[in-house]
Amino acid sequence: MPIRIEVYDVKQRTNATLQRNAQALGLAGVRAIRSQTLYFLSADPGAESLERLCAFLLADPVTEEARWYDLAQSQSSDLPPNTVIIEVAYRPGVTDVAARELERGMVEMGLPSLQAATGVRYEVEGEVGREEVQRLARQLLCNETVQRYTLGPIPPLFSREAAADATVAQVPLDGLSDEDLQRLSRERLLSLDLAEMQAIREHFATVGRAPTDVELETLAQTWSEHCVHKTFRAEIAFTMKNAAGDTIHQETVDGLLNHYLRRATEQIAPAWLRSAFVDNAGIIAFDDEYDLAFKVETHNHPSALEPFGGANTGVGGVVRDIIGVSARPIATTDVLCFGPQELHPGEVPEGVLHPRRIAAGVVAGIGDYGNKLGIPTVNGAIVYDRGYIGNPLVYCGCVGLLPRGSHRSEPQAGDLIVALGGRTGRDGLHGATFSSAELTHETIEQAGSAVQIGDPITEKGLIELIEAARDEQLYHAITDCGAGGFSSAVGEMGKELGVDVDLAQVPLKYPGLRPWEIWLSEAQERMVIALPGENLARLQALAALWEVELCVLGRLTGEGQLLVRYEGEIVAEMPMDFLHEGLPRRQMTALWQEPAVPRTPRLEPISLNEALLALLADPNVASKEDVIRRYDHEVRGGTLVRPLVGPEMDGPSDAAMLKPLRTWGDPRAFTLSNGLNPWYGRRDPYRMAISAIDEAIRNAVAVGADPNQIAILDNFCWGNPTYPDRLGSLVRACQGCYDGAMAYRTPFISGKDSLYNEFNGKPIPGTLLISAIGIVPDFEKRLTMNLKQPGNLLYLLGETKAELGCSLLYRLLGDVGGEVPGLPEGALARYCLLHQAIQQGWLVAAHDLSEGGLALSLAEMALAGRLGASAQLPATDLTSTEQLFSESNGRLLLEVLPEHAEALEAHFAGEPLFRLGTVTEEPMIRIAQGDKSLIEVTVGAAVRAWKREGTS
Amino acid sequence: MTKPIILIPHAPGTNRDGDAARAIELAGGEARILHLNQLREHRSAFREAQMMLLPGGFSYGDALGAGRRWALDLELLFYDELREFVESGRRVLGICNGFQVLVKAGLLPAWKESNGRRSVTLTHNESGHFECRWIHLAVNPLCRADYLQVLNDLIFCPIAHGEGNLQVRDEETLKRLESEGLVAFRYVGRQGQGAGGTYPVNPNGSVADIAGLCNAAGNVLGLMPHPENHIVAVQNPLGRQDQLGLTLFRAMIWEG
Repeated sequence: MPIRIEVYDVKQRTNATLQRNAQALGLAGVRAIRSQTLYFLSADPGAESLERLCAFLLADPVTEEARWYDLAQSQSSDLPPNTVIIEVAYRPGVTDVAARELERGMVEMGLPSLQAATGVRYEVEGEVGREEVQRLARQLLCNETVQRYTLGPIPPLFSREAAADATVAQVPLDGLSDEDLQRLSRERLLSLDLAEMQAIREHFATVGRAPTDVELETLAQTWSEHCVHKTFRAEIAFTMKNAAGDTIHQETVDGLLNHYLRRATEQIAPAWLRSAFVDNAGIIAFDDEYDLAFKVETHNHPSALEPFGGANTGVGGVVRDIIGVSARPIATTDVLCFGPQELHPGEVPEGVLHPRRIAAGVVAGIGDYGNKLGIPTVNGAIVYDRGYIGNPLVYCGCVGLLPRGSHRSEPQAGDLIVALGGRTGRDGLHGATFSSAELTHETIEQAGSAVQIGDPITEKGLIELIEAARDEQLYHAITDCGAGGFSSAVGEMGKELGVDVDLAQVPLKYPGLRPWEIWLSEAQERMVIALPGENLARLQALAALWEVELCVLGRLTGEGQLLVRYEGEIVAEMPMDFLHEGLPRRQMTALWQEPAVPRTPRLEPISLNEALLALLADPNVASKEDVIRRYDHEVRGGTLVRPLVGPEMDGPSDAAMLKPLRTWGDPRAFTLSNGLNPWYGRRDPYRMAISAIDEAIRNAVAVGADPNQIAILDNFCWGNPTYPDRLGSLVRACQGCYDGAMAYRTPFISGKDSLYNEFNGKPIPGTLLISAIGIVPDFEKRLTMNLKQPGNLLYLLGETKAELGCSLLYRLLGDVGGEVPGLPEGALARYCLLHQAIQQGWLVAAHDLSEGGLALSLAEMALAGRLGASAQLPATDLTSTEQLFSESNGRLLLEVLPEHAEALEAHFAGEPLFRLGTVTEEPMIRIAQGDKSLIEVTVGAAVRAWKREGTS
Repeated sequence: MTKPIILIPHAPGTNRDGDAARAIELAGGEARILHLNQLREHRSAFREAQMMLLPGGFSYGDALGAGRRWALDLELLFYDELREFVESGRRVLGICNGFQVLVKAGLLPAWKESNGRRSVTLTHNESGHFECRWIHLAVNPLCRADYLQVLNDLIFCPIAHGEGNLQVRDEETLKRLESEGLVAFRYVGRQGQGAGGTYPVNPNGSVADIAGLCNAAGNVLGLMPHPENHIVAVQNPLGRQDQLGLTLFRAMIWEG
């Protein structure tokens, strides 16, 4: 009979975080929660073995004790009064690294080879009713997407010996009406529209047989929005109307991707651009030997359902995009959009997790994967808005380093197709098509299998193995297994040549997978390479060293057919041409109607001091230190400008600067920064795009990047594009992307769109993230944003306009009317001058102006440096509110050494450069206009507001 | 002069091996990184090395507790080599996960109670989660690793761990650690003042602000913070030139 082992804390400490979270759920009766770790063994290895196992591996001799019993015997446990037990364990097939390591450890110890499982036991003490216990389990302790729970002892489930189920179904399409075709698409979660279903029906009518489930699923995923970006390739009839409803512009857009994003890149085409929009990551030159690859992905729907696993595998996925261009991952970024953290539990829609739980899970998931891989997480942002309650956004980015010319992508006929890494299970089936479906209460129920927990240690093995194989030039081509699994990876690799693969070769996690499931599975931590047969033995030796599982799936044929077998029997046979070119181009309609301009808020009577402190304490501005410190931003030893800066190491950095290991012989480094502002997009998606590009670039320039060597990535998260209004705002954003890229001469090198982000029929705010990677000519010339030295001069660079529309100040005041910040004139030339000034060593600090404008930016510099500032606003036509809080793009604050003031002013002759004042010893932020004092706030008060001290 | 060879074993999930190797090289040593599977084939690597460095990372994903699985490997697969290495007096440095391994394998502080159980452990941070921040370290002037006494300045470097909270079975254990000179490093304030257990100067709740231990012979040393991430001044977040972690590697390789 199975054995149950309980490991408990000798001091019986309670978990304060869980208790706090229980109370936030409204479960005031919960007095204490204690947890124990559970291990299960499939059979009894004997008392002596159990003793050794617990002493060596399971219980820490100082802090823990273990007891065990045979599950055949009933156990009476003496619980304190008013205590209930909730036990939680993973569902079968969910990654459980602890169970695997326990099994491996037992073998290493010479103990019997048994199967292991794990769980957690919670003892909940307090006055809690039956219904409240269920809520506690469902909303806090267990996520039923990946776990199960029982009240009382949980029965263990062990995985079994793996063998597949060879069933292949025929899916007759002949004679199906249009309605039937659409129903079939819905019921099988294919996410194909009528024209696409008709194209499939016609193809198989010509062939003269019904498609198999393998073929149908292959087409659905290859043609999915996620894989082929139908919306971004569609021909769009675009109409623009003014607020009164009159049509002011009409045009046909020949594909958003080609017409706006790619075209900008092709027209700019800088010499340092190595690869854009070709592979899964864009590549630029770094120094004389190395290139840098950069990619940002989204993992929104999985993170909504299972925040830890969704974000965890989001990081894992984008890291594999980087491995997939033969690069070594060296940095990650994350940008997160959540609902308000203080949302009343009663306002959370059915089937949705509370924004707090989502945020906590996502942050833990990102940290777990990045920290364990040993990749520093160095740049990001967190946005809170009610628009993300039902559909949070999780953007994960990764940068990789590769020797120039080392990435090969020329598969040859005859090459073996080799799969490397984790085993295949039912993980994430329909992930590609699921991401193209709107979230509703029902899809959340159906799509339970769409999320998995990651296994960073297996991925770490892949990183080492691929780097070694790359350096020995063993493979001809490489790609990662992402959405669509093997079907996508192998289908893409064999696009030109054709493939012949046998799915019976694939190592499985557990029995019962049908061929289509093996083919489509989105199991994590897998890569596919095209390998000349003569290199197989060498690859096997490397795989053994790094403990990576390897299987030969088949070969590239040169015959142009997709041939999938199961134990030799053909289960799918299609021309690659049809698979990749048979998708009918979508014709879509887009309408952008300019919204009626809302009122501007009443400003009187507001105290400017209180306004500044309120802006500092806004969750979108306030310190993110608690999150940032959960990520390792130091590993690899190259983080030269950190996310937190200043003498107390807690000020908000504009961008990160990194120096890759192995490149220290050269002075070059690179920056990572980002820009996004969904609030502008509600009014004007075009200006949102312009503003995001400017913000990402000015952040990079502020720490020392060369404005002529910055590349950007676009990530669009939008609602359902089949509604003309959603698509209309997307078209406007893409137009902004083109104009912004051209204005700053910065190419897009990669991008991704995540559409259908809606919950119960309501779209998220269209959210464009621009991520920037910039080259720094000399890392010794880096700048941070904190004030450095009393007596230094403060300058404002750039032109302030009356642009308070949708600003942070107006959002706090409730009305958001007025101009939204637009494209600043001459910004690129100004940034180039600034870069020269930084190279001259005239500056000691620079900080960009964004949300909250000049007042907030100056306050941030002061609080980060724990120094005061005294500023005098220039006399202009603007009101003092506009001067203080306008969010006009293209502006920075500079701290300059007095001895260089003259040179700096001459350098910027003819440019909008204003001497504002000085850095002061007295820790006071003062802003005045003429004799009139506008703001007087102590640095201490600013620090407390920004750290939200005294609030939860 | 030939450079001393420093063996850097690598387990699945080790990730600060490259950082450690760079520190060794800047300190004048030759770093030799070998995965456990390579070490099993080349056991002579233990004999060829003048020093060993167990680097940071998440060996085996910290499954079953930080360092426990790797400690099991050391005890079961490399017991003889390790014992010979330590008994020969050659130095062993464990950083972060490497320190956790040394403690859990019973090599630090290297004595067990009569029943064979450990009395010292590294457990979850008091905060309950992983944390990354820069801290100051001071060498315990009474510690048995006398080669550390050349470090006359504090070391400023980051921590990056979730299980760095050093705990002891009882008061008696703590007294022995102190009286036998087995405390090597403590977390201290910027001016070297005692942390008194206060967060974040003591970032994880370790008893008596202990950041590192050594064995009675002084040749086995372990610490949670990462001196290998402050080996050149450009890495210093405060822009200072001193308090480098490199001094630790120099002392371990070259002193006495």
